[in-house]
Amino acid sequence: MTATMRGARGEVIRRPRRALAVTIALAVTALVLAFVALGLGDYPLDPLEVVRAAFASDGSFATTIVLDWRLPRVLVALLFGAALGLSGALFQSLTRNPLGSPDIIGFSTGSYTGALLVITVLGTGYVSTALGALIGGMLTALLVYLLAYRQGMQGFRLIIVGIAVTAMLQSFNIWLLLRSSTEVAMTASIWGAGSLSLVGWPQAWPSLIAFAILFPAALLLTRPLRQLELGDEAARAHGLRVEGSRLVILIVGVALIAVVTATAGPIAFVALAAPQVAKRLTASAGLPLVPAALVGAVLLLVADQLAQHVLPGSVPVGVVTIVVGGAYLIWLLVREAKGRL
Amino acid sequence: MAAPARYRPSRRALALFLALVALLLTVAASLAIGSREIPLHTVWDALRGLPVTSGDAAAVLDLRVPRTVIGLTAGIALGVSGAIIQAVTRNPLADPGILGVNAGSAFFVSLAVGLLGVTSPQGYLWFAFLGAFVATVIVSLIGAVGRGAASPARLTLAGVALGAVLTGIVSAVRLSDPKSFEILQVWESGSLQDRGWDVAAPVIPFIAAGLLLAALLGPSLNAMALGDDLAASLGTRLVRTRLLAIVAVTLLAGGATAMAGPIAFVGLMIPHIARWIVGPDQRWIIALTVLLAPVLLLASDIVARVVLRPGELPVGVVTAIVGAPVLIVLVRRRRVSGL
Repeated sequence: MTATMRGARGEVIRRPRRALAVTIALAVTALVLAFVALGLGDYPLDPLEVVRAAFASDGSFATTIVLDWRLPRVLVALLFGAALGLSGALFQSLTRNPLGSPDIIGFSTGSYTGALLVITVLGTGYVSTALGALIGGMLTALLVYLLAYRQGMQGFRLIIVGIAVTAMLQSFNIWLLLRSSTEVAMTASIWGAGSLSLVGWPQAWPSLIAFAILFPAALLLTRPLRQLELGDEAARAHGLRVEGSRLVILIVGVALIAVVTATAGPIAFVALAAPQVAKRLTASAGLPLVPAALVGAVLLLVADQLAQHVLPGSVPVGVVTIVVGGAYLIWLLVREAKGRL
Repeated sequence: MAAPARYRPSRRALALFLALVALLLTVAASLAIGSREIPLHTVWDALRGLPVTSGDAAAVLDLRVPRTVIGLTAGIALGVSGAIIQAVTRNPLADPGILGVNAGSAFFVSLAVGLLGVTSPQGYLWFAFLGAFVATVIVSLIGAVGRGAASPARLTLAGVALGAVLTGIVSAVRLSDPKSFEILQVWESGSLQDRGWDVAAPVIPFIAAGLLLAALLGPSLNAMALGDDLAASLGTRLVRTRLLAIVAVTLLAGGATAMAGPIAFVGLMIPHIARWIVGPDQRWIIALTVLLAPVLLLASDIVARVVLRPGELPVGVVTAIVGAPVLIVLVRRRRVSGL
């Protein structure tokens, strides 16, 4: 795809056509992968059988496997990936830094801490856990921002403060786990690795409803986000209420992360990588929201299938994303450094 | 050029003396405090071989003495390796834990345990060194890409990313193989619990060698703090100093990790405190770090023993809670690169 052109000073001129083509291609990829994933497992089915099983709903064994067992997990992997990608795009735009993603700045760990507190103190329950994750993520976001603020915000300071706060919260989480009963600790630590293995329809429904609200909300933020990317002054000149918009973006971004964390535990680095991959694929100037969501969906689905079918034992998907995403981060740093030559 | 008043020899000697007293007190506390409280005079009797109740003798001689010795050596090793990394990279945020050196060590050990079936400390010691070496080299290379010195923030991020990747693979190995699960679970979190002489004895000579190397490097490190060009014109052989520094960090951080698992933030905090007390001379910084770093690690270990009685917290958890705020304070200072 060479729909991009170089402008007079060598900058890439955006072509909406390329962005559209990439978006469609990503959506098709996600769909095809989903059908393949529905067929993978101890009882393999080819894509045609999957389609037949999905639409026949004749109560056959294949239907049960596809609709009741595999579909919720595949669907959740796609949607959670999309949520992480969206959240990452929102945060990276907001901080104007590719490294300003929620998992690096510590919001994911904060969500986990909030959820852990709820689980260990109040016991499990989807709504209370989700609320705990949301509040934990919000408070961590606030704390990191306050600690990193010093005569303005500087990207790298934000990130290092995030690393430090993450380290403290992780220690606090270990302490919480160790002081609770073995049963609770087991539940919490399976969940703490970031896994989709326990997801069935009962766990999938509440998050689907939450996303039905949050996805459109995120897309409505596209315009203020683009204006904020131009800088606070320019955005204000366009008639944007800068602080208010920033707060709304922050809340939606943290809410997306919190829903994922409440159900699957902290899944690292998808939010970091997806927006940047999407940006490069579409060759756009800003961080495109829809492609970021689609890339996130594809990434998490592939990572989850790897975790289920390729790796030995029961490796949680969070471990796969942390390895792949961390390697991507190293590459990003090396590339950024070379760019300064 | 006379040394500023606050760094006069008498003040430095006083600092060393006070640090030594603090270290002796912490060692005594580490021998006495635990899930079984033992009065100091009983500890002393047990150490001299006088008859005490068999429970007390076992607790002191078989559990607390090796544990304290491991805390002492691991603390020294982590602190001094942190001082060396900070001096060589001119990066105030450097620490063998944050930069992923300890994670590299843990990674190779977990491969040895999980894939090769190595179980004895003597066996995996070499893997710990190999891992520390590889991680140090990788992080230095990532930091060295591009022109000029790596910014502290970029080096830190590179280390965190490397640490995340390696730790992720370690937990994958751990979760996919129940046999290695147990050995690695103790290992992964950084703890001084249940480590005996069999772990400490083979490692201590290597840490001693690393310390000797660090002492020899002191003057060159001082020159390097002035910048590469000035150091070269003063006759410092930059490449040789860097290589020797990597060897020293490998021996110290790898050895500490082999004994206690990956522990972060000790190597970050202590050299800063030492620099604040004795000034920028690396030889004094290293000397004071040798005394202060084990105070921090042993004190953290005592806290780790006490807070969850009868259970224990991994000591790495305590050092992170104490150390992370220091990282925040450092990064909030006006000039992050100011060493």
